[in-house]
Amino acid sequence: MPSGIKDKVVILGMGCSRFGERWDSSPEDLMVEAYSEAMQDAGVGPEQLDAAWYSTHMSDVGTGRGGLPMSIALRLPNIGVTRVENFCAGGSEAVRAAVYAVAAGAADIAIALGVEKLKDTGYGGLPVATVGTYVPQWYPNAVAPANFAQLASAYRHKHRVDAGLLKRAIAHVSVKSHANGAKNAKAHLQKAVTEEQVLNAPIIAEPLGLFDCCGVSDGAAAVIVTRPDIARGLGKKRNLVSFKALQVATSNGWEMHSNQWDGSYFHTARIAAKRAYQEAGITHPREEVSMLEVHDCFSITELVTMEDLYLSPEGGGVKDVMDGVFDADGAIPCQIDGGLKCFGHPVGASGIRMLYEMYLQLQGRAGPRQLQNPRIGLTHNLGGQPPQNVCSVSIVGSLDQG
Amino acid sequence: MTKKVGITGYGAYIPRLRLSRKAVVQANAWFAPQFSSRAKGSRSMANWDEDCITMAVAAARDCLGAAENRSHIRGLYLASCTLPFADRLNAGIVGEALTLDDAVDALDIVGSQRAALSALTTALTQSKSADGNWLVLAADTRKTLAASSQELDFGDGAAAVAVGSEGVLAEFLGAGLVSVDFVDHFRLAGEEIDYQWEERWIRDEGIGKLMPRAIAEALKQAAISAADVDRFIFPSTISKIDAQLAKTCGIKPAALVDTLGATVGDTGTPHALLLLAHVLESATPGQIILISQFGSGAQALVFRVSDAIATFKPRRGVSDWLRRGAEENNYTKFLAFKRQLDLDRGMRGEQDKKTALTTLYRHRSAIMGLVGGRCETTGEVHYPPSRISYTPGAPALDTQTPYKLAERQATVLSWSAEYLSYYPSPPHFYGQVDFDGGGRLLMEFTDLNHGEVDAGTRMDMVFRVKDRDEKRGFVRYFWKATPARDARAANEVR
Repeated sequence: MPSGIKDKVVILGMGCSRFGERWDSSPEDLMVEAYSEAMQDAGVGPEQLDAAWYSTHMSDVGTGRGGLPMSIALRLPNIGVTRVENFCAGGSEAVRAAVYAVAAGAADIAIALGVEKLKDTGYGGLPVATVGTYVPQWYPNAVAPANFAQLASAYRHKHRVDAGLLKRAIAHVSVKSHANGAKNAKAHLQKAVTEEQVLNAPIIAEPLGLFDCCGVSDGAAAVIVTRPDIARGLGKKRNLVSFKALQVATSNGWEMHSNQWDGSYFHTARIAAKRAYQEAGITHPREEVSMLEVHDCFSITELVTMEDLYLSPEGGGVKDVMDGVFDADGAIPCQIDGGLKCFGHPVGASGIRMLYEMYLQLQGRAGPRQLQNPRIGLTHNLGGQPPQNVCSVSIVGSLDQG
Repeated sequence: MTKKVGITGYGAYIPRLRLSRKAVVQANAWFAPQFSSRAKGSRSMANWDEDCITMAVAAARDCLGAAENRSHIRGLYLASCTLPFADRLNAGIVGEALTLDDAVDALDIVGSQRAALSALTTALTQSKSADGNWLVLAADTRKTLAASSQELDFGDGAAAVAVGSEGVLAEFLGAGLVSVDFVDHFRLAGEEIDYQWEERWIRDEGIGKLMPRAIAEALKQAAISAADVDRFIFPSTISKIDAQLAKTCGIKPAALVDTLGATVGDTGTPHALLLLAHVLESATPGQIILISQFGSGAQALVFRVSDAIATFKPRRGVSDWLRRGAEENNYTKFLAFKRQLDLDRGMRGEQDKKTALTTLYRHRSAIMGLVGGRCETTGEVHYPPSRISYTPGAPALDTQTPYKLAERQATVLSWSAEYLSYYPSPPHFYGQVDFDGGGRLLMEFTDLNHGEVDAGTRMDMVFRVKDRDEKRGFVRYFWKATPARDARAANEVR
């Protein structure tokens, strides 16, 4: 069993651009926005960066391939810039790479940046992508909403949940995120909505309506990481936020091809969550986790994820959601910044955006949406679709508090 | 003494959609009021994902049943005047979908409305000198001009007849043939729609004079007198011409076979075989069947129904296909499915559908035949097949053997219907299905009504068009799931 990265690496600084339909901004502009804030927050100059990891997903419509777009946009001093891509979980992968480099001693200070420019496609929703030459010959012309919507049909079937009740529960998920997003000046969608609005919205993929789907946004986010001793040496003595766990689980085809998985949950999320709790030393997640940013690409995803993270009992997600457990004033506030739903989902940046909110909250800098005394924050970043995906679960907390 | 040969099996396929003629007539009334008296009944209409190849596969499966071993099929003749590929063996695609042996003699037979009877005659001749079976398939999905008579008359469909010397259901007695360049209609290569000549001339000078010659020759070869014909098959869109022809030839009026004009329409090349398949469903031993068709000449064949007729039933048969029709009242949908209406597909419809032919060939058994891999160690079924099995904790290498999935039923695990992407017939239904006996596939659903599918719904597999690459003119085929309706023979697989 590896010793893990708990408390070996801390956040030196973070930045996040405004998310949304950034018609005025190129991907380079978005990168500069996030990078400048992060560098200022960290109080370091470019020459102090040893290595960079760069996350972007839709390179064809966004920045282009490789590490060059980041290196050139930010005029980095010829350090190594490596592009990572793991579907919507790419941002968390960039963080993991930077953290591991620092933990290994290969870098003193490393930066991870994610960016996505999705609004140069000419239409709403995610761009259409092709996957190799074999898959398109047998795999359905699938789209994300219908891939995730299938969770609902399988969840209803498995737990004998009434279709109307499940629809109301996932509506509550979105109503909550909209309420949170309304308090976030950087969020794509900053307007509260009612349950009635959500329930009556046009259907995108049954049973998901428009408000069950997250925003498709432009944006960038960056994090600069270092060792605790270096951070202190740079004058960061208080409120250091450290990594407690970084775990990724990737499907191997079992869910997609065997007849054992029931289609109602994320196999990978359960594996990644267990590993992350173990790495962080968390034994009672429902009591120990203070707050969450999960991959709420669709409302139904968030609901089943509460069970996959062992915060709700299996089949108990509907009740917990309806009881407000994950509301801003609930026991475990979730999507305090609005989540993918309202902060927005610039694919390659989302994992880092989640971390940004945890960082602000743990440092007490979250403004009007600041929670009381959070200790442990969890981010859950998912790439792919229910039957085959990459799932990242990360846990951060104050360095001083175990 | 020559071997007795004949029909050893039969099947058909009629697409589920039945376009209401009233809908057509009403939509076109402003332009073509002369059709007001023809707003009756329906015509069969291929779904957007059906063409001659997919319909021929469906008819063949109706004939062959669920049996996995199809090595007795020696030849596969596909007759049609609307084959999707001008240069790529269409019958070869059908053979891959049916998982026939590579050694099968696959052949496209084209160029006239009696191509199916030419194929049947050739197959009968072949089977006289060799064992095994020849599968004769015919299919057509013709395009017509909007507001034309043919639009109302024609239908889409396919038929299958197996020929051989073992288990003969109807013995072949004789054939007659006239090859004459009588041009009642024509279509130049590359064109889409037939040009039609005057019906009265076709009736009197063509059918009226050429058909009796072929019929007389067939009856003579068979040593059967016209009066002894029990079932007379002659498809035509010309009203009452079959009765007139029967009279000319001395065939009794009672022998006339319903040409299914009221519900299906004239399906073209396959229509005589389709009617034959219908007739055979209720045929009794000893009956004499005369099947004939007109096109660039005339052709006729005579069969005598044998005692074995009751030993065979197609999987569904014409009667069942007729029953499972779903009325379609949307005329623009018909035009769109025939690719005669340019709908705004949106930017999502611009996706390139280029097919890597190398990849297709490498995986042709999985893609065209829906053949997965079954791990011999664990019994787990993998689709697509892979070198390493997924079995948790036991990723065994090279333990999979080919495992056919197409004839097995499956149960829906999860599904959705989405309105976001470009899909020719929205909403786009797809979901995960679990096959009886193992195997899981995320696949598209077709031929279904809203509300018909939920987790737990039983599904059958159908071979369909997956995508059309309009830029390069290529068609991608794959299997889809459709609700198992009245699936009489669906559980035959062990």
